[in-house]
Amino acid sequence: MPDTLLFYVFSAVAIGASLLVIGQRNPMYSIMLLITSFGALSALYIQLDAPFVAMAQIIVYAGAIMVLFLFVVMLLNAPQEDAAQWDRTHPLRRPGVSRFGAMLAALLTVQLVWALLRVTDAGAAVGGRGDVAEISSVRSVGRVLFTDYVFAFEATSVLILVAMVGAVVLAAREEKR
Amino acid sequence: MDQATLRFAIQLGIIGLTFFMLINASALLVLAERKIMGFMQQRYGPYLVGPHGLLQPLADILKLLFKEELRPKGADKWLFTLAPIVSVTAAFAAFAAVPWGGETTFFGLLDTPVKLGVADVNVAVLVVFAVTSMGVYGIVLAGWSSNSKYSLLGGLRSSAQMISYELAYATALASVIMLAGSLSLRSVVDAQAGYWFGFIPRWYVFLQPLGFIIYAIAGVAETNRAPFDFPEAEQELVAGYNTEYSSVRFALFPQAEYINMTTMAAVATDLYLGGWHGIPLLDRYGLGWMFFLAKVGIILFAYIWVRWTVPRYRYDQLMQFGWKWLFPAAVLNLIATAAFILYFNA
Repeated sequence: MPDTLLFYVFSAVAIGASLLVIGQRNPMYSIMLLITSFGALSALYIQLDAPFVAMAQIIVYAGAIMVLFLFVVMLLNAPQEDAAQWDRTHPLRRPGVSRFGAMLAALLTVQLVWALLRVTDAGAAVGGRGDVAEISSVRSVGRVLFTDYVFAFEATSVLILVAMVGAVVLAAREEKR
Repeated sequence: MDQATLRFAIQLGIIGLTFFMLINASALLVLAERKIMGFMQQRYGPYLVGPHGLLQPLADILKLLFKEELRPKGADKWLFTLAPIVSVTAAFAAFAAVPWGGETTFFGLLDTPVKLGVADVNVAVLVVFAVTSMGVYGIVLAGWSSNSKYSLLGGLRSSAQMISYELAYATALASVIMLAGSLSLRSVVDAQAGYWFGFIPRWYVFLQPLGFIIYAIAGVAETNRAPFDFPEAEQELVAGYNTEYSSVRFALFPQAEYINMTTMAAVATDLYLGGWHGIPLLDRYGLGWMFFLAKVGIILFAYIWVRWTVPRYRYDQLMQFGWKWLFPAAVLNLIATAAFILYFNA
């Protein structure tokens, strides 16, 4: 019973925080709320007997990526998204673009509802596959990562390396001679 | 009282004791810092309040409690209040996954032994790493929300520094995890029980001397201590990220720093110095935690010792050192350890 209660508490926190991320105008608050949402999500992972995924979520998203976000927002010093200065001529705010966005959102909603309807019978299938804690343990995650998915894993690393080199090249100023 | 209730009560007692010890650790470290600094500079340090100045931390806290709480006009109300809370919460929470003693039945009081430590998590190393990395938000938010250039610079420096040194720190940790074959701090400690040739304790510091040095250096940088105390470099930034804070809100920042130091020292003891193992007599009677405390104390002394002997780096030197020396050394150490394990296990 306490498990179910905790599940609802963390889900509520995750959903509420995520809604508030887009619902209020201060980007600093958005970042803090997003971190809250990540925290609640990782609590849900722990409830699913996947502590490794939960900690990876915190270390990678809340610990590294969000610090970077925070860094950028602090440097840009943009405390308010000012509603009065809404620029209708901005290419991203033309009516056609907005309609396209609305369409995407509707599509996503339909997809989510469809997925949620399917999830009830898929849950039983996962439970039948054996010990969840065993599947999600660090050892088995590592083994799968370096055997079955080794190409995807290495390709991703190369991709990230390329992005890093690109960032360095773009950011590096020419040496003055 | 039946066994289940007794067990629950004892578990609660252990949690309460850990919390109490951490609070005291921060108070005692303030005193130790001032005393040791005094001796190193041929002064007495605080000596008026209580015997040998022992009650000085109490006086400090009382003084801070009665100070007026100020908040700059342009400060962000919510984040300004939240920042010290985040700092100190992360500091306390990180210690929850750190075991500080073996198993004991409390002299036959319990049927089955209880483990000394708040929680025995099977990914404890990751928990400590994740939660301590949350602490950076406290400093960054404090820097930003104060609406002051010194604070902002301190916060920016802190985030850049912590991201840079977390890499070397995590890579050094990975080598130990590979040796022990487990992410649980308790298993890592238990893997270090026993002796080589009958007299050298099987501590990982002897297998991982480079790793230990990297861990120690990165640990000092992670806790923003001198010689890496750029977030609060007083000659450049007044007091850095906490310039605009006063009263209890200010007090929470140094408290978080001292608790983080304690956590760092405790984790170093667990990972490299065999935790509570090493003296057979203490081990046999379940009193290994005494040895654990002694080791943590020695590391903390070294922490303070370094602060008052080594001058602060320059900021570019800090980044150069972190990225061009410490991180490559940690990676080399990782590869060497992997080769070592492959060679001896195959």
